[in-house]
Amino acid sequence: MTAGVSPATQAAVQTSTLRRLARQRGAVVGVLILAALALVAVGAPWLGARNPIKTSPREALQPPGARFLLGSDQLGRDVASRVMHGARISLTIGLISVSIALVTGTPIGLVSGFYGGRVDAVLMRIIDVLLAFPGILLALAIVSVLSPGLNNVMIAVGLANVPAYARLTRASVLTAREQLYVEAARALGGRDAFILVRYIVPNVVAPLIVTATLGLGTAILAAAALSFIGLGSQPPQPEWGRMLAEGRDYLREAWWISTFPGVGIMLTVLAMNLLGDGLRDVLDPRLKH
Amino acid sequence: MLIYLARRVLAVMPVLFGVTLAVFSMLFLVPGDPVKMMLAEFVTMPDQIARMRAELHLDEPIVMQYGRFVGGALRGDLGTSIRSRRPVTTEIGENVGSTMLLAAAAMAVAVAIGVPLGLIAALSRNSWLDVGSMAIALLGVSMPSFWLGLLLIFVFSLHLAWFPATGGGDLAHLVLPAVTLGTIASAIIARLTRSSMLEVLGQDYVRTARAKGLAWWSVVVRHALKNALIPVITIFGLQFGNLLAGAVIVETVFSRPGLGRLIVGGILAKDFPLVQGTVLFIATAYVLINVLVDVAYAVVDPRIRLA
Repeated sequence: MTAGVSPATQAAVQTSTLRRLARQRGAVVGVLILAALALVAVGAPWLGARNPIKTSPREALQPPGARFLLGSDQLGRDVASRVMHGARISLTIGLISVSIALVTGTPIGLVSGFYGGRVDAVLMRIIDVLLAFPGILLALAIVSVLSPGLNNVMIAVGLANVPAYARLTRASVLTAREQLYVEAARALGGRDAFILVRYIVPNVVAPLIVTATLGLGTAILAAAALSFIGLGSQPPQPEWGRMLAEGRDYLREAWWISTFPGVGIMLTVLAMNLLGDGLRDVLDPRLKH
Repeated sequence: MLIYLARRVLAVMPVLFGVTLAVFSMLFLVPGDPVKMMLAEFVTMPDQIARMRAELHLDEPIVMQYGRFVGGALRGDLGTSIRSRRPVTTEIGENVGSTMLLAAAAMAVAVAIGVPLGLIAALSRNSWLDVGSMAIALLGVSMPSFWLGLLLIFVFSLHLAWFPATGGGDLAHLVLPAVTLGTIASAIIARLTRSSMLEVLGQDYVRTARAKGLAWWSVVVRHALKNALIPVITIFGLQFGNLLAGAVIVETVFSRPGLGRLIVGGILAKDFPLVQGTVLFIATAYVLINVLVDVAYAVVDPRIRLA
């Protein structure tokens, strides 16, 4: 797409992409929510009035109010501070898991699609096997091998998404490989690595950006789910999934313990989905379904 | 038709072979000594470790171990749970019904919500109904199932006392978990129904049906919807797998017995034979369900068989 054009044209294309994105109402809302979340995540240590893991049993289960903005939990910890620190943890989890999936899956797809033949056959059979484990099951299996914990959850969620990125990259490479400009580059004596980086990769970037943005949301959701069932973050970490699990036992007396982390997860994932959908409409309308 | 069926089953064989290999190697991918890890909570006398190793046949050559694993699985023997000392197959057998029931009920909920929502959105394209339906679907995709479950417990169990909050067994225990799991899945079905319906509505035969004077509703139901639902049916298999996996989370929320609780308990107790057996079972079921969906699809749509 943007391959082989002058820097000036490339800059123009980028500006127009941004401008078209700015016209997508959903995407703008998504960006605004994400910006606010990022601000909270970065500023949590200063914004949160109280220490998120400091307990004060005498102030347990206080409803939201002047003293505790979003109430206090069963150990008297400030829910507002915990939710803010939770944003930090969840955004980090999302970024790291998606990076793992991208860094592992993209090269597999590039090699598989570009070289084809036996390499492709072997790699794709492996990917097929991994795809036979539906949804969160692959991540569960990986966590069981690595043993529970937040770091292992990030690795598991990342690895579980490798097949999706490998498949997507391969599909884009297969279309790009057949283009006339690739044939021309080859005729001019361009080497594989050069053709791959200069002409193939730029075609893969747009769908990858879209999928990675949507993938951030799914990764955060999956990691929170694993923490909720007790395989991820360990106490007293202020992680959203974990907080929901703890609040589950106090649903009747103190709805606020589980409600605010739930809102946190939903807003974050919603923002990623809004932005991802907007990016897709702008960058890659073919992916619409 | 038989040829198609045979081809489809043959194609799935290498995948199933790979699945057994992947599940089998889980034990060898564990950092450190899996036997010590499994025994850690109990005793760690050398003779006990040796006995356990012999019991799990870990002292045999790997190829033989794998042969034993696959051979056992084919005969319905997935080993013995370390925690309960009972056959893994028995444990799965006791829990599979509950999970299947939950997945099936969730699927019904998902279709009952998703298809009408997508249909309404497509028929009133770009109106506030469309925007509203798709906003609901977007919320559904972004909603963590475990939070939705807690909200439903809060409203329908704790406040209205309509349904029990936890446990399994009768129909009343099924409602909230099925609604939780089904609502999340309905969002995807709604989006797919909408886009598929919009595509079909633009087809020539729909215009022809309209042009020859058929009533709008008759065209929508008899011509358009029937064809628009084909892609929706294809993702059934995929969705069913997601529902099986999603059941892991929802079962925990509602403390409902099932395969999900079995796996999670197994992981926490480092009960590897149990985890391996259950993971293998779910993956195999998922693969086979997808074959069934493909075959059913070929029965409905002859174009697939010929392709």
